[in-house]
Amino acid sequence: MSTVTVPPDYASQFHDPSHEDHRSFWRKYVFSTDHKIIGIQFLFMSLLFLLIGGLLAMLIRWQLGWPGQALPGGDVLGEARMPGGIMLPEFYNSVMTMHGTIMIFFAVMPLLVGVYANYLIPLQIGAPDMAFPRLNMLSFWLAVPAGVLMVAGFFVAGGHAAAGWTSYAPLSTNPEFTGVFTGQVLWTASLIILGFSSLAGAVNYITTIVNMRAPGMTWFRLPLPTWALFITSILILLAIPVLTGALILLLFDQVLGTGFFNPEYGGQPLLWQHLFWYFGHPEVYILILPAFGFVSEIIANGSRKPVFGYHAMVLAITAIAFLGWIVWGHHMFQSGMNPTLGAGFMATTMVIAVPTAIKVFNWIGTMWEGDLHFHSPMLYSIAFVSMFVIGGFSGIFLASTPVDIPLHDTYFVVAHIHYVLFGGSLFAIFAAITYWFPKMFGRMMNERVNKVHFFFTFIFFNLTFFPMHELGNAGMMRRIYDYTQYGFLEGLVDINRLISLAAFGLFTAQLIFAANFIWCLFKGEKAGNNPWRANALEWSVPSPPPHGNFTLLPMVYRGPYEYSSPESEEDYFPQDAPPAEESVPEPAPTLV
Amino acid sequence: MEWGFPENFSTFGDSIDATYGAIFYVTAIAFVVVQGLLIYCIIRYRHREGRKALPIHGNTRLEIIWTVIPAIGVLSVAYLSASVWLDIKDESRFPGGAYEVGLHASQFEWNVTNPGPDGALGTDDDFPTRNALHVPVDQPVRVLLTAEDVIHSFFLPNFRVKQDAVPGMEIPVWFEAIAPGVFDLGCAELCGLGHYRMRGTLTVHSPEDFEAWQAEEGGVASGTAETPTVAAR
Repeated sequence: MSTVTVPPDYASQFHDPSHEDHRSFWRKYVFSTDHKIIGIQFLFMSLLFLLIGGLLAMLIRWQLGWPGQALPGGDVLGEARMPGGIMLPEFYNSVMTMHGTIMIFFAVMPLLVGVYANYLIPLQIGAPDMAFPRLNMLSFWLAVPAGVLMVAGFFVAGGHAAAGWTSYAPLSTNPEFTGVFTGQVLWTASLIILGFSSLAGAVNYITTIVNMRAPGMTWFRLPLPTWALFITSILILLAIPVLTGALILLLFDQVLGTGFFNPEYGGQPLLWQHLFWYFGHPEVYILILPAFGFVSEIIANGSRKPVFGYHAMVLAITAIAFLGWIVWGHHMFQSGMNPTLGAGFMATTMVIAVPTAIKVFNWIGTMWEGDLHFHSPMLYSIAFVSMFVIGGFSGIFLASTPVDIPLHDTYFVVAHIHYVLFGGSLFAIFAAITYWFPKMFGRMMNERVNKVHFFFTFIFFNLTFFPMHELGNAGMMRRIYDYTQYGFLEGLVDINRLISLAAFGLFTAQLIFAANFIWCLFKGEKAGNNPWRANALEWSVPSPPPHGNFTLLPMVYRGPYEYSSPESEEDYFPQDAPPAEESVPEPAPTLV
Repeated sequence: MEWGFPENFSTFGDSIDATYGAIFYVTAIAFVVVQGLLIYCIIRYRHREGRKALPIHGNTRLEIIWTVIPAIGVLSVAYLSASVWLDIKDESRFPGGAYEVGLHASQFEWNVTNPGPDGALGTDDDFPTRNALHVPVDQPVRVLLTAEDVIHSFFLPNFRVKQDAVPGMEIPVWFEAIAPGVFDLGCAELCGLGHYRMRGTLTVHSPEDFEAWQAEEGGVASGTAETPTVAAR
C-alpha cells in the first residue's frame, strides 16, 4: 500500500473512538454539525411533513368522494374552512395547493436528498464528515424556518396559498384573484428560504464527493446511491437558483406591485411558466434519481448479484439529468407557447424514455440468475420498478402532444405524477428507510410488520391511483372542487368514491409503518454492523457509526457490488476487505 | 368511445384517439414484457437452500438491444404525433373558410362575441352571449381566445379541444363539428375559487338552425345573457 499517500491533516480527522465525546446535548443532537445527525433531523422533519401532506390528501379525497357533504367532525377546522363540516371551495384550493407543495418540497425532496445525501455520502465514500459541516448545519436550520412559515400559512386570515403548487401567475400575484394575500406571500417566502437550504446542501454534497473519497474509492467504485446523489446535487445547484430567482420576482409582484408576470403592468404570464418549469422539470428528476440509486443498491443486495451494467446505470443517470434540462416545455403544450416549439419538446421528452428503459432492464438483469432474498427493502424496491414503469408509460401518453390535448390538466396527469412520485419515489423511500434504519439507529425494523405495510400499501396504492387514469380519459379536470357541476362528469361519483375509500386505506396502512418505525427506534432487535451482508463502506462501521465515522482511514479495493464473487468465501465481498494474499491487486490510484 | 374518452364530435378527434390507441398498444406490450420478466425473476430466482447467484456484471449486446428498441418505439410515437399535433395547433395549417368567433374568459364565465349575420368580428351586428358558444356544423370554427384576469383553459371534451386563455395574449383555436348537439364547455386551468363552476355550453347547429338562431339572438338587443343549462351530448 506504499503507493497510497494520504495528507496527514486529512487522516487526523478520523477520531480515535477511545476519546470521549465531549459535545453537549445541544451540540450533539440539535445544533449538530455531524452529517448523520443532520440526516436524521431531516428524516424526522420530512416524515412529519409526509404525515401533514397525507392528511391534506385525505381532505381532498373526502370532498371528491362525497362532494359537498359534511365531513363528520370536519367543523373543528372552523367556519372559514369547513362550516358545518362542508368544505368551502377556497379551502379546497388551499388544501390542494398545500398537499402538492408540502409533499414535493417538504416531504419527498428532503427525504431523498436531505436525509440520504447527508447520511450516506460521507459513509459510502469513506469520509469522516461533509466538506463543510457548518454549512450543512445551516442547510437544516434554514429548512426549519421555511417549514414553520409554510405551516403558519394555514393559520393566517384569508387562508393559505390557493394558486396550486405551480403558483401560475397572475392568479398567484394579485390577492383579488384568489382572495388570499398573506398565505400566498408566506408560501413564496418559505420556498425562497428553502431554496437556500437546498443550495447549501448541494454544494456540500458535490465538494465532499469530489474531494473526500477514501483511498481506492475511484469514481467507478462509488456506490450508485452516491452517484445518483452526486448528479442530483448538480441538478439542484443549477435548477434551484432559477426557482429562487423567479420566486423573488413573484414576491415583488405580490408585495411591491411590480409586473414581471402580470400583464396588467406589461408582464408576461408565460415567463413564470418557463422559469417555473425550467426548475420544475429537473425537480422531477431530483425527486427520482436518488430513488434510482437506492433501488439499484438494494436490488443488488437482495439478489446477491452485481448490479447489471454498472457503467450503463451511471451513464443513464447522467443522460436523464442532462435531458431533464431540455424538456420543461412539455408542461406547456396547451399554454399558448408556439406549437412548433411544443413538437420539439415532445421529441426531447420521448428520448428520456430511452435511458429510463435502460435502467429498468438493468434492474431486471440484476435479478436475473440471482439468489433473491425478499427482505422488506427488496420488496419495496421491486414494487418501485413495477410501479415506476407504469408512471413512465403514462408519461408517454402525456408527452405525445396531440394526446396531451384531451389529457392535459385532467386526472390522467394526477395518476401519472402519483405513479412516479408515490409508486416511484415513495416506495424507494420506504426501501431506503427500512434498509438503512439499522445503520441509523442500531436496531432492526420489524420485518413482518414491514411486509404487512408493504402488502396493504401496494394494494391500496394501485386501487387509489390506477382508476384516476380513467377519470382523466373521461375528462375530469384536476384541481376541481366539485366535478358534479358538469354533465359529462356526473357519472364519476362512484369511481371517485371507490378511489377515496382506497385512499383512506392507503393512509391507514401508513400508520402501520409509523408505529413500526417508532416502536423499533426503542425496542427493535439490535442490529450488527452489517445486517444485510452488504459491501459498501457504511456497513463496515458500527451501527450507529460513531462521530467521525471511521476509526481508521478505510482502504477501498473493489467496487461495491461484488456479490457472490468467486474470490470471496461469503456471497458478499466488502469494499474494504483486503484481497487474499496471493492475488494482491494494487488499489486504484487515489484521488485524495 | 373505447378508452373512456367522451364521444368524439370533431373532425380531428379521431386522429387524436388513434394516436392514443397506438401508444396504448405499444405501452401495453412493454408493460406485459417488463412485469412478466419481474414476476418470472421473483418466482424463478427466489432463494432456496443451496441456490447460488451468477456473478455477471453485464452484457454489452443486451445493453445495446434494450437501448435501440425503446428508442425506435418512442421516436416513432413522436413522429406519428407531430403531424397530428401541428394539423391541430399550428396556425399556418388552419383550414380556410372558418366561422370566426371571439371568446373572452374571465373569472368565472365565458364571454362570447358572435360575429352576427355578416360573419365578421368587429362590425355593428356583433352580439355577445354569456357561457354559450354557438357554432354551425360541418364548417371550421376559429375561436379567438383571450382572458381578462387570470389564465383559464378552454376545454371541449367532446371535441378534443383544450387551449389555455392567457391574459395579454390572443390565441386562435380551431375545430370543426361533425354533428349538431349541445355539449359541455369547461375550464381546465385552476382560475380561483369559482373555477369548478366556470362552465358553459357549446351548441352545434345545423345550417338552417344556425341562421335562425343568429337572426333571433342577434335581433334581440345585444347583451342577452343566456343561462347555461348543462346537458351532455
